[in-house]
Amino acid sequence: MTEREERRFAEVPRESIKLMAESTGVELSEEVAALLAEDVCYRLREATQNSSQFMRHAKRRKLSVEDFNRALRWSNTETVCGYGAQDALPFRPLKEGELFFVEDREINLVELALATNIPKGCAETMVRGRAGTGSIMPTAVQSLSEDLLKYYQQITRAILGEDPHLMKVALLDLQSNSKIAALLPYFVYVISGVKSVSHDLDQLNRLLHMVKSLVQNPYLYLGSYVRSLVSSVMYCILEPLAASINPLNDHWTLRDYAALLLSHIFWTHGDLVSGLYHQILLSLQKVLSDPVRPLCSHYGAVVGLHALGWKAVERVLYPHLPAYWANLQAVLDDYSVSNAQVKADGHKVYGAILVAVERLLKMKALSLTLAAGGGSAGLPGTTTGAVGFRENSPGLSPPPEPLSEPPLGIASHLQAGGAGCQWEEWTPVSLPAMYCELYSFFGDSLAVRFSTDPPLGGAPSSRSCQPLEGRKEPASGAPNLENTRKMPQLTASMNISPRQDGSPRMEPQPPSLAATVPGRSLARSSSSSSSVSRSRSSSSRPGRSTSQSRDIFPKARFPLPQAGPPAFSFIIGGRQMGRRCQGRRFQTSFTPTPPLNTLPPRAYAHKLPVIGRVSKPVRRWTCSHYSLHLPL
Amino acid sequence: MAAVQDGPMELDTEKETKPEILSDGTSKLSGNTASGTLSSSPLTAGGAPKQEDQQTLIAVLQFLRRNKLSESVEILRREAGLEDQEDSQTLDGSGGGKGDRDGGEANSLLSRVSITSAAAPQSTLTPITVKRANEQLDVSVVLSAYSQQGDPSLYQVYYSGLKNFIESVLDCHRAELSQLFYPLFVHMYLELVYNNHENEAKAFFEKFGGDQECYYQDDLRVLCGLTKKEHLKGNEVLLDFRTSRFVLRISRDSYQLLKRHLQERHNNQIWNIIQEHLYIDIFDGMPRSKSQIDSMSGSFAGEARREVNKVKVFHGLLKEPEIEVPLDDEEDEAENEEGKPKKKKTKKDSMGSKSKKQDPNAPQQNRIPLPELKDSDKLDKIMYMKESTKRIRLGPENLPSICFYSFLNAYQGLTAVDFTDDSSLLAGGFADSTVRIWSVTPKKLRKVKSAGELNLIDKESDDVLERIMDEKTASESKILCGHSGPVYSVSFSPDRNYLLSSSEDGTVRLWSLQTFTCLVGYKGHNYPVWDTHFSPFGYYFVSGGHDRVARLWATDHYQPLRIFAGHLADVTCTRFHPNSNYVATGSTDRTIRLWDVLNGNCVRIFTGHKGPVHSLAFSPNGKFLASGSTDGRVLLWDIGHGLMIGELKGHTDTIYALKFSRDGEILASGSMDNTVRLWDSTKAFDDVETDDFTAATGHIHLPDNSQELLLGTYHSKSTPVTHLHFTRRNLLLAAGGYSSQ
Repeated sequence: MTEREERRFAEVPRESIKLMAESTGVELSEEVAALLAEDVCYRLREATQNSSQFMRHAKRRKLSVEDFNRALRWSNTETVCGYGAQDALPFRPLKEGELFFVEDREINLVELALATNIPKGCAETMVRGRAGTGSIMPTAVQSLSEDLLKYYQQITRAILGEDPHLMKVALLDLQSNSKIAALLPYFVYVISGVKSVSHDLDQLNRLLHMVKSLVQNPYLYLGSYVRSLVSSVMYCILEPLAASINPLNDHWTLRDYAALLLSHIFWTHGDLVSGLYHQILLSLQKVLSDPVRPLCSHYGAVVGLHALGWKAVERVLYPHLPAYWANLQAVLDDYSVSNAQVKADGHKVYGAILVAVERLLKMKALSLTLAAGGGSAGLPGTTTGAVGFRENSPGLSPPPEPLSEPPLGIASHLQAGGAGCQWEEWTPVSLPAMYCELYSFFGDSLAVRFSTDPPLGGAPSSRSCQPLEGRKEPASGAPNLENTRKMPQLTASMNISPRQDGSPRMEPQPPSLAATVPGRSLARSSSSSSSVSRSRSSSSRPGRSTSQSRDIFPKARFPLPQAGPPAFSFIIGGRQMGRRCQGRRFQTSFTPTPPLNTLPPRAYAHKLPVIGRVSKPVRRWTCSHYSLHLPL
Repeated sequence: MAAVQDGPMELDTEKETKPEILSDGTSKLSGNTASGTLSSSPLTAGGAPKQEDQQTLIAVLQFLRRNKLSESVEILRREAGLEDQEDSQTLDGSGGGKGDRDGGEANSLLSRVSITSAAAPQSTLTPITVKRANEQLDVSVVLSAYSQQGDPSLYQVYYSGLKNFIESVLDCHRAELSQLFYPLFVHMYLELVYNNHENEAKAFFEKFGGDQECYYQDDLRVLCGLTKKEHLKGNEVLLDFRTSRFVLRISRDSYQLLKRHLQERHNNQIWNIIQEHLYIDIFDGMPRSKSQIDSMSGSFAGEARREVNKVKVFHGLLKEPEIEVPLDDEEDEAENEEGKPKKKKTKKDSMGSKSKKQDPNAPQQNRIPLPELKDSDKLDKIMYMKESTKRIRLGPENLPSICFYSFLNAYQGLTAVDFTDDSSLLAGGFADSTVRIWSVTPKKLRKVKSAGELNLIDKESDDVLERIMDEKTASESKILCGHSGPVYSVSFSPDRNYLLSSSEDGTVRLWSLQTFTCLVGYKGHNYPVWDTHFSPFGYYFVSGGHDRVARLWATDHYQPLRIFAGHLADVTCTRFHPNSNYVATGSTDRTIRLWDVLNGNCVRIFTGHKGPVHSLAFSPNGKFLASGSTDGRVLLWDIGHGLMIGELKGHTDTIYALKFSRDGEILASGSMDNTVRLWDSTKAFDDVETDDFTAATGHIHLPDNSQELLLGTYHSKSTPVTHLHFTRRNLLLAAGGYSSQ
């Protein structure tokens, strides 16, 4: 009697009712069917409404068949059996007619009963408590959501998979996705898998790319995971990968890329890796000084050092070079066929070293130029290596980045982080001396490149006749300049030239001890600052040394200039007290290349810093620094 | 007036007597059983007149006879002799009845004083057990009120006439009079349906259904599916609507306005409905604003009558009887920092000086008989003291740490959780009818040895308590099987010796945590028991279920001591007041009621929720009550004044867990929306109290400051929060079942 127009709920059509009645052999009139249909609908709704309370009390959001059955049972109606499964029942349409049905497959009970793969019981219900304080709780409680898990799977699959295009997309997303913080540990874990794929350059490469993407993602805070990433990268740089056995594999590029990545991490995440710097230098050095290691590892160490900046090269590679050179030379000189491959590798290493030291020289020169250039006196000449720029900082941690490179964030952190850990014996070498020594190894191949650097060439000649004044001015000026350009700590480590005035601005930095060498006719001595730059944390040191320098400088200043061919005298100050008495003195005039034989007999092997002896050198320094300035 | 009276009086009286009789009968029975434990309780004078009792009795007898329950007839006859003296344990009805009469007198305009007073108990007392057993009789009686009818085609005219009128009155009255729309609408619709005017009913619904307040949507949905007289019979929701009188609070001015209008128009149809099915609670003073009205409305039967909430409630805390230590007095606790043995002494001293007895709101110590403390209880109290000296003082700047217990692999469906007070045990109720207990501490759960083995034990030894435990049974968790339906709630006894569980199978079971066996099955609800809760002093417990009543039990009685009847729908949650003298129940009818354990009276009715109430929590000082419902709101109530004092909005789904921190500074709420939220309850309570307290009218204007009060929101991962618990040191424990979907 009523048409169902405005109803807001599903209805059982009267046709269905009639059909069902017919199936049981009852003929229904239209009117009865309509009434019945309406009643059935009502009863269904009622049962559904009643069943919802069971859902609510079971604290669920989803109404289950069970709930509905309970409602039926409580209203004394037969329950509906066979639909208790947790999963949704597939509801299928039949194409031919407008018929929908629930799929109901037959189950072979015999087969099921005799099946041998007995399903394991589901895991036992258990309670796990996770605590979080205040705002931490949300993350503490979280495990991965479904979506994130999916994302993770997709990304790793794409990156490690075959399709280069997919990989690119995945990497790009990894680099820019802001919501993957929760996945970071998982990715880091994946990346740490480098060790298991050392035979597969391709995979290694992909993993490194993954590192790069993660590092570049501005939304990710790497936190302590950066260590894991760095160790993975270091693995690629240093390890004699299984892939390197085959000379056809271009593992060199991989190492280069890893080194690049390493430097990138240090540049962009300096705050996180500060503590790592020394460790890494150490491990690089260890590899380098271990002749048993294959050349490809050495190559890795060299490019790694190169990547860490010229200071790293200066402090690790350069001192070690003489010792290493002998080995390398041996390899390169062996023309036997069996050695061909090794020799080729040796050339690689040779090239890498060359590149590294060239940059070292350039940067060092440049730093001096800059330092001197800023000087009020504008002594052009002082700039040259002659300044005898020393970086003599035990505690002064890592060499900061090259001057030319702008981002300067690292040094400070490194400084801070590495405060406690001092390098033991390390004496800076003046630029000319360095150049000489390097020249002795590389010969013209070095000189050629170096000579392109103008300041060096011109420098010696332009050396002024009032070197000491000159020296002094730039000395005070240079730090200023540096200050403006770099972070203060950095300057500290630069520590160019004597800073007799102990400029207050420089306070934090280790004072430099200026030693003058009022030589004989030879004019000024450049004294280099042997700064004790131990970490500023080291107590009395700075004050003392500054005062020292103040005392000393006047002396140094006056015995002045006699014009003569410009020449430098260097004193190896500071840390090498043991040898100080021997007056490790270089006298070199720049215009003519110093003859090789002037090279000091260096005990290269002993120069390697020994890590971990933190306080000792300082103490030694304390008692010996007066003698540092002995006039030569 | 005459026009008002022309309803069929005989029908009215007939309908009213029977249901009341039946319910009174049940209460009598419960009263008898209760006398065992609560014999010391003073019997309150019942409100029901003697004559009514007689009628009641006769009707019950008739009913029993008709159902061939001859034995019961006998018993009842015997009882009847005593009955006049033992006019005890009237349920809500007596209070309600009295209140009704007062209301009637105050409202001389509604001149049917005698009828209202008779009708009222019926309205509030319809235990479903009776109703169901006897549906035919009951329903026809109730619905017969609709047999009077006007011209069905005019209903729309009537309604829209009133609508036009209300929309044209002054703003201040409009909000108040708008309250009439919903009850009138429903009654008129049902009247049409009842009289078989299906099409008119549909048209009527179509036209005006959309006008109703959004919080009535759920009911309207049920309503619109109902178009046949036959359907009315089985529908409980609508039965409720019929049997209860919808309560409206309207200021005198607004009411006069309405009355004048209806009389001018001779709109008898509407006037009749107002007379018969509505109860208009008239107050003097300013008409309420729309927001004030909205905050209080939403329940099945309108607001609570003001009279209902006037009874004095002793919400203060009991003094700790045995060890002379006030339980919740932190100052005292702070005072003594010495070790355990000295503690007691200093306590006693301090007790002498400042006595907690002066709390005017505390009930008499022996108002209800409480079990004596055992030695182990005293030890536990001392432990409690010790712990609470280390308690962290919480506040807006000092939020609690939260530890979340996730139930993993709970394929059986976690339905309920409870922690012991000392947070050492955790119980979970599951939909597969099991209860599981976990030890949260490293201490494993052990059973007591069997009787034979116990005989061999040296009973004199010092460590006899240790010796009786069977080391072989040590495990981290135990499973308790016994129910035959989903377990909907679990509750530990304060002494940790027992566990209660209530289930869909209609029983409450008491389990021993010494033997991990079921001790008692309490049968009485006959329908799913949604919630059960132990008294804070043990021994008593309360349960509430689908049969719309809450029952008070004692563990050593297999029948309930009290039956709290009055809710119009399922009792979904039950909580004991900290002083054990009161019980709060929340219901699907969207009200919260507070019941006096002593005499079974309903002493508070709180309305304002817009959905079934699923969680309740008393503040530790006993003054306040928090309630959470499916609408995602937490409401705060002042028990003493019977007022709503706060509304906490933030959750987006049903709130299943509420808990105050041990000192009451923080309220934690846990919800289906997978969050735990922390609220500044101190501020919530203070903000209101500093206002000029409109306690007299009860028309409080709620500040909308949920955002300020919300101190934190903590998300879990797909884990609805089922339970919250503050440890004695104020660490917040939350629990829920991880759901992978």
